[in-house]
Amino acid sequence: MRVDIDRKILAANDELAGQNRARFKGAGVFVLDLMASPGAGKTSTILATIGALRDRYAIAVIEGDIASKVDAEKVRAHGIPAVQINTGGACHLEAAMIRRAVDTLDLDAFDLIIIENVGNLVCPSDFDLGENAKVMILSVPEGHDKPYKYPNIFQVSKAVILNKYDTMGVFDFDEPEFRGVVASLNGQAPIFPISATKGDGVAEWAEWLAGRIDACKAGEQA
Amino acid sequence: MHESGIAEGILKSTLEAAAEAGAVKVNSVDITVGVLTEVMEDALQFAWEAARAASIADGAALNVTMVDARTRCLDCGHEWVHDRYSGAKCPSCEGYLVSLLAGRELRIDSIDID
Repeated sequence: MRVDIDRKILAANDELAGQNRARFKGAGVFVLDLMASPGAGKTSTILATIGALRDRYAIAVIEGDIASKVDAEKVRAHGIPAVQINTGGACHLEAAMIRRAVDTLDLDAFDLIIIENVGNLVCPSDFDLGENAKVMILSVPEGHDKPYKYPNIFQVSKAVILNKYDTMGVFDFDEPEFRGVVASLNGQAPIFPISATKGDGVAEWAEWLAGRIDACKAGEQA
Repeated sequence: MHESGIAEGILKSTLEAAAEAGAVKVNSVDITVGVLTEVMEDALQFAWEAARAASIADGAALNVTMVDARTRCLDCGHEWVHDRYSGAKCPSCEGYLVSLLAGRELRIDSIDID
């Protein structure tokens, strides 16, 4: 006997993500899902963002990696609570992993939770975690052609951070073409050129994020 | 490893629908997958074999229909079928204002049960 189902395969993840989103909203905490390739500077960008916003907001970090706890230790060294998730081989975080991680945090005590997703430009873009915003980082050495190759991650991101901008002079990175393709994939997303380790451009990115956090706190749709 | 999460999602939906229908055995599962989801069919079949074990879907075939990506240019109206890398720019007028019509499907269509 044939039975029609016609439902999304990731419906179970979407349901859990919806539960996460309701918890975050109830606690008044803004949750950022930060996605990028390995080595693009996710942890450096998180540390720079913490430096820019820690006086205004209570921040916690959820670190997703296939293995190790080196990233969580780096964040904790700056006096910021960090929960490490080891996916044990999975290439992305899922809503159920985030639920387990936030169970260990007092959500009401925080204004901002930054999730560092597993280094990957493909799978993280397909999984809703319950976040308020997905943001991606591309670093200059990766090349300006990445939006052609990985369009989905550029389409789901609310903002694009262009990291290692200080190395622009030594790489063949066509910034006008990059901006043109990103605009075509996602006309709404601002692009923030930054150098996370040197601090250039971090203030502009942090102000954009602060605007989102404040809107979330005010109960608006962030 | 993307595929293992998807295989588990297929199994969960399958078992729920099978239980609702009072099934004792699942013979096959039909799904539709768009090429832009980055799912590799071979890897998905492998993950499915592992996921279905020790359930009433053990041995059930996974019939995968792959869907090409298709995009329409909003400037000139040109529609074209493409791989996952070439949908951002219209091959006819070279415009970037395009709309994806198909290719992101990840859907379980039906199951065959006893």
